[in-house]
Amino acid sequence: MNNDSINLKVGQCAATTYSVPVGPVHPALKEPIRFTFNLDGERIVGVDIKPGFAHRGIEYMGMRRNLIQALYLSERICGICSISHPLAFTQAVENAAGIEVPPRAQYIRTIIGELERVHSHLLWAGVGAHELGFDTLLHLTWNVREKSMDLLEELTGNRVDYAIPIFSGVRRDVPAEKAHLAYEALDYYKGLLQQMIDAFLHDKSVEMRTRNVGALSYDLAVDLCAVGPTARASGVKKDVRQDMPYLAYADMEVKAITPEDFGTEPHGDVYDNIIVRLLEVKQSIEIIEFCLENLPSGELMSIPKVPALLATLKKASGEGLGRHEAPRGEVIHYVRLEEGIEEPAVWKVKAPTYSNLMAWVPKFLGDEIADVPIIAASIDPCMCCMDRVHMVDTVGNETTRMKEELVRLSREKTRRICG
Amino acid sequence: MALPRSFKRALWVFHVATGSCNGCDIEIVAALTPRYDVERFGIMLTGTPRHADVLLITGPVTKPMLPRLKRIYEQTPDPKAVIVVGGCGSTSGVFYESYNVVGPIDEVIPVDVYVPGCPSRPEAIIDGVVKAVAKLETLEKSGVGG
Ligand code: SF4
Repeated sequence: MNNDSINLKVGQCAATTYSVPVGPVHPALKEPIRFTFNLDGERIVGVDIKPGFAHRGIEYMGMRRNLIQALYLSERICGICSISHPLAFTQAVENAAGIEVPPRAQYIRTIIGELERVHSHLLWAGVGAHELGFDTLLHLTWNVREKSMDLLEELTGNRVDYAIPIFSGVRRDVPAEKAHLAYEALDYYKGLLQQMIDAFLHDKSVEMRTRNVGALSYDLAVDLCAVGPTARASGVKKDVRQDMPYLAYADMEVKAITPEDFGTEPHGDVYDNIIVRLLEVKQSIEIIEFCLENLPSGELMSIPKVPALLATLKKASGEGLGRHEAPRGEVIHYVRLEEGIEEPAVWKVKAPTYSNLMAWVPKFLGDEIADVPIIAASIDPCMCCMDRVHMVDTVGNETTRMKEELVRLSREKTRRICG
Repeated sequence: MALPRSFKRALWVFHVATGSCNGCDIEIVAALTPRYDVERFGIMLTGTPRHADVLLITGPVTKPMLPRLKRIYEQTPDPKAVIVVGGCGSTSGVFYESYNVVGPIDEVIPVDVYVPGCPSRPEAIIDGVVKAVAKLETLEKSGVGG
């Protein structure tokens, strides 16, 4: 498929096609976005994507608050990546201000970051199963996911929004007496992994609904700058943890996971997306284990007193970039600090879904309308992360019904092909 | 508030995100899945406000979502209850002084139940829905919506 065939304009289609609006209210994904599909029969021949409904102006608000207040705001860019944004943001500010982070704090940040990947990938797998009509699998997966939420709550005090990283370190320790809880959760997941792989990857109907559906070629993944599991499913070996190691990742070897690690050729389709995310759960478990075993001793913050920290930040000036491999791919935060002001002079966030948005177009083209829900879910989109500055279209009763209709179509297709 | 001794019917809930960070939205899904499993009480998500008894709303209202939220409220048949889940929908929370945020939900439509937390815990969300049941039954007794 070449780029010329990507039709982004609605209304340019031949008379035989018709357009179907989907969204912005989307019962399964929980977030507003709008697609307009051009269809030739059941086939998708064009798609227009309109994000921007959840835009809250976070960067603007952050540039009017002191850095610690902005840190809490960064946590609320996205409630699923609620440590990924703070991890990138703290690194950006620490780079700009030249603040050192003690090794123990770096390891703790890594542990929580990887736990977030475990819960996020399981969340995604469950949503994917739901889109296919396998609600049993959704419930199974989300039940299993609760174990990681329990552990996060034990370690951080909250299920979501952990408030762990702070400039110069972390706010809470992972004490030795809690380590057994972590090991117990890791063992639980290790025991379940094969079961999950069987349920998703060795299931005939899942395979029929996801193999060669929403495919993204290696070349297009590279050209469109896809990131995270979306790129890796197409065989692109990129992962910030491997390419530019930071935090505890510098002490271990993290390898980008592609379908080749499962022994199959990468197609970049939905099936490959499942492979990559399930194998990454295993990888995260190994990383957490490494961190627990090698957890350095020492202090948690290099500047433990908050007033002193604020004073240091107020004196700092310079630019900093923070990168982190979030569950959905690379997240980048850029800040510029100016001496004498408490607020960041500039704060810019690039969330992974923003990079993956364009990959949706070739993924949709040529597939059937009934495949829309699962292809839309395949990049694990996160609108609240990505919506920077955009405009909005109408939500009518008709569009809402349309989405229900789509889920119904998707489920019927599963029934049909499974006989 | 006196709680009803039993639910008279299955409650259908329509979920709207008007600019939330997704934290509360995922906790709502967590409440529906096996650990908390509100479906055992007949509480389930529906895909359209026209079938809903309860609106479950998350997030501060962004400017683009303002007319949509009003419309969804109008599309929901009486008697209905509106639950706001999370601090940012209740008070605007961390999202203040923005060019694109209108404010909390109750500046746009009437709200019956506020569920605190950032994000609200699934237990708190379930508690909010139970309070909404009580409100719906009172409304029904007084004949709202026939
Ligand atoms: S209350 Fe907090 S967690 Fe919930 S949607 Fe708002 S900002 Fe996110």
